[in-house]
Amino acid sequence: MATPLVVSEVAKSFTMHLRDGIRLPVMSNVSFSVKAGECVVLGGPSGIGKSSLLKMVYGNYAVDSGQILIEHGGRLLDLAVADPRTILSVRRATLGYVSQFLRTVPRVAAVDVVAEPLTARGVDAAEARETAEAMLARLNLPRELWQLPPATFSGGEQQRVNIARGFITDHRILLLDEPTASLDAKNRAVVVGMIEEKKAAGVALLGIFHDEDVREKVADRIVDVSAFSPRKSAA
Amino acid sequence: MTDTPLLKVRDISKFYGARIGCQNVSFDLWPGEVLAIVGESGSGKTTLLNCLATRLMPTSGAVEYRMRDGEMRELSRMSEAERRFLMRTDWGFVHQNPADGLRMAVSAGANVGERLMAVGDRHYGKIRETAGDWLRRVEISTDRIDDQPRAFSGGMRQRLQIARNLVTAPRLIFMDEPTGGLDVSVQARLLDLLRGLVQDLGLSAIIVTHDLAVARLLSHRMMVMKDGLVIEQGLTDRVLDDPREAYTQLLVSSILQV
Repeated sequence: MATPLVVSEVAKSFTMHLRDGIRLPVMSNVSFSVKAGECVVLGGPSGIGKSSLLKMVYGNYAVDSGQILIEHGGRLLDLAVADPRTILSVRRATLGYVSQFLRTVPRVAAVDVVAEPLTARGVDAAEARETAEAMLARLNLPRELWQLPPATFSGGEQQRVNIARGFITDHRILLLDEPTASLDAKNRAVVVGMIEEKKAAGVALLGIFHDEDVREKVADRIVDVSAFSPRKSAA
Repeated sequence: MTDTPLLKVRDISKFYGARIGCQNVSFDLWPGEVLAIVGESGSGKTTLLNCLATRLMPTSGAVEYRMRDGEMRELSRMSEAERRFLMRTDWGFVHQNPADGLRMAVSAGANVGERLMAVGDRHYGKIRETAGDWLRRVEISTDRIDDQPRAFSGGMRQRLQIARNLVTAPRLIFMDEPTGGLDVSVQARLLDLLRGLVQDLGLSAIIVTHDLAVARLLSHRMMVMKDGLVIEQGLTDRVLDDPREAYTQLLVSSILQV
């Protein structure tokens, strides 16, 4: 079996056209890989570009050069040059992402927000809902919130909806951007347990964890992002 | 999933005399895909949409559409009658102003039923039943079925227009600023409705909008237009999170935060 995620010699810069076209180099020569069943944690001070790196892997940010190789549907794909349609199918089937903040859609109930990645893959709606409810129960989200749209939830409640949504599928690769940031100790422990299960199931995880305690528990390896940054140390 | 595009657009240009409407636009639209065309007023978005939907004749270029039997047909080579039939059955067109897409002086039920009759339905009871179903789906109470859209609010008219378009189970729907002119709470409801329908029905859609939040919510892919040209295109969240072109950066940085 091929390594699920290989990032090779990736470089990224931003050109700010509204600031006289200045070019901000963000990263260069980024190379690392994540094996199946492994949790790699991105390290380095804040502002060094850890979230940017996750966004590059997910395709939110375009890269200037280099390769992002992913095994998708039995084939090896370079996400750095893939067309939008391919990236969407990779996200649907292979590459999951738990962002720091939930982008809520007006009027959609929390349970349906969580179930959506399953229904998008053709799972029966009732079955998807059942799985979603089990996830929300495990993350201790009060049952009376399940049918409400998450826009009015607290930060921690939204984050748990977000985690449930990200963990509900059997994606082979999972990107985690501070999934435990606004959670209490009890729910942090639940998330650590869920990460352990993903590892046992052979999922490749790449994440950012500022919480040292969580990082110690889940990380197999730390990749220091400052090594790729032109600034070397953060502002 | 089929592996052929539903719509193939090659080098579409439209000139109004010496003025450019849109120039050299090419893309493929796949089944189930929602494409947003964004840009400010006068950038050529609506001209392009009208060229695709055969409401305007492009000056040059070709648009091919995959018919239900799988055959790719070039739209400009179809007869007027064939194009009209396509418009009434397999396609929908949602106008910014509902009055342009509805018949204001006939009942809501008849507005929806008319498209069914166009595809050959003749049974009055069945047509009325289907019309009632669709009114419910777009959240219009069925006791309004005999009212004329003149008596409806702007948001209701827009939902009625959507029902009228979707009743024949089209595969492709064109929308020109579908939420323009509606207040925000009505917009949110309409967006959620559209999103649900597109997902449930597996529709392909091309949406013209100047509202980037609408594009973010509804579309998979987007094209940014300026002065008639497509200056940037790609995955919606890539274009919005990491805009490359000066004009796109200006658009994205001009969004008001609430």
